[in-house]
Amino acid sequence: MAGKSLVITSGKGGVGKTTTVANIGTALAMMDYKVCLIDADIGLRNLDVVMGLENRIVYDIVDVVEENCRLEQALIRDKRHKNLFLLPAAQTRDKTAVQPNQMESLVEDLKKEMDYVVIDSPAGIEQGFKNAIAGADFALIVTTPEVSAVRDADRIIGLLEAEGLRNPEVIINRINTDMVSRGDMMNIEDIIEILAVKLKGIVPEDNIIIVSSNRGEPVVLKENPKAGQAFKNIARRITGEEVNFISLEDNSFFTKLKKIFSFS
Amino acid sequence: MTIGLLEFLGFKKKKKKDESSKNVAKERLQFILVQDRIKLSPSEMESLKKDLLKVMKKYVDVDDQEIEMEINREEQMMAMVANFPLRRNNQ
Repeated sequence: MAGKSLVITSGKGGVGKTTTVANIGTALAMMDYKVCLIDADIGLRNLDVVMGLENRIVYDIVDVVEENCRLEQALIRDKRHKNLFLLPAAQTRDKTAVQPNQMESLVEDLKKEMDYVVIDSPAGIEQGFKNAIAGADFALIVTTPEVSAVRDADRIIGLLEAEGLRNPEVIINRINTDMVSRGDMMNIEDIIEILAVKLKGIVPEDNIIIVSSNRGEPVVLKENPKAGQAFKNIARRITGEEVNFISLEDNSFFTKLKKIFSFS
Repeated sequence: MTIGLLEFLGFKKKKKKDESSKNVAKERLQFILVQDRIKLSPSEMESLKKDLLKVMKKYVDVDDQEIEMEINREEQMMAMVANFPLRRNNQ
């Protein structure tokens, strides 16, 4: 098998990277792909919690790199999908415990077994970020419609391109349609114009995300018309399918979105 | 980008001012990104603008109220695009 690896990154913390990884990964697994999620946020591991797998961790990514165990031993199989795996981060180590070349060979090994390897990057632009992107074939950037998040996304785009990850695409998370229509939130068009990258997905703000992280159950598991559907659509686009962007408010807005997409 | 930078360069905006907080956000962001992308401080930008204008004026009659500068990101590189409208001499 020759799978693909992608890194989900953002620069700014708290914009929804881990939630995005959990949901996209689960959605890909629901489409019958074999998927491995890697938590590259060493020292601040959380993907296991969002996935509801925190009680199953025996070994972690640092154990694999330091050869305390074999790669297969560290992989945790998801509760709900037998074709979904998690390689957890270490919680008691720091970002220097894994080097970019080690990450690269780890991801290469996983790609032999998996259709998709989805890497959850830590916030920031330091060592942890460099490790997280080392093995990735392409990158998705998560941002929210806020000045600080978009600014950091712009910085990350520059850094990714400098590292050879060309044409990263952006996921705009937590769009609040009421605020957009009041003129109190930047819209998709504004953000895409500023960042000058291709749009990969739009995720509406949805309280269900908090509920799903409370329970450790990614929102894509249930029929959810807002955030859940948005993440499923992103997963389908990752597999190469053309999926229209969900309508957030009225038809005119939808038309605008379609217009943006047709530019690329 | 243009509006934000014009304002940044000390020029008045030509467009009617839209005071919605989204527009404030967008303009502030564009302003910040010019500095981030080219790593120039506002004062360095100001002197760059003055120097460019000085050079241009040595040769041609530039309308200094209408100058536009922007930083565009393209596939492989970034470009600074400066637009110096010329005054018509025969009027």
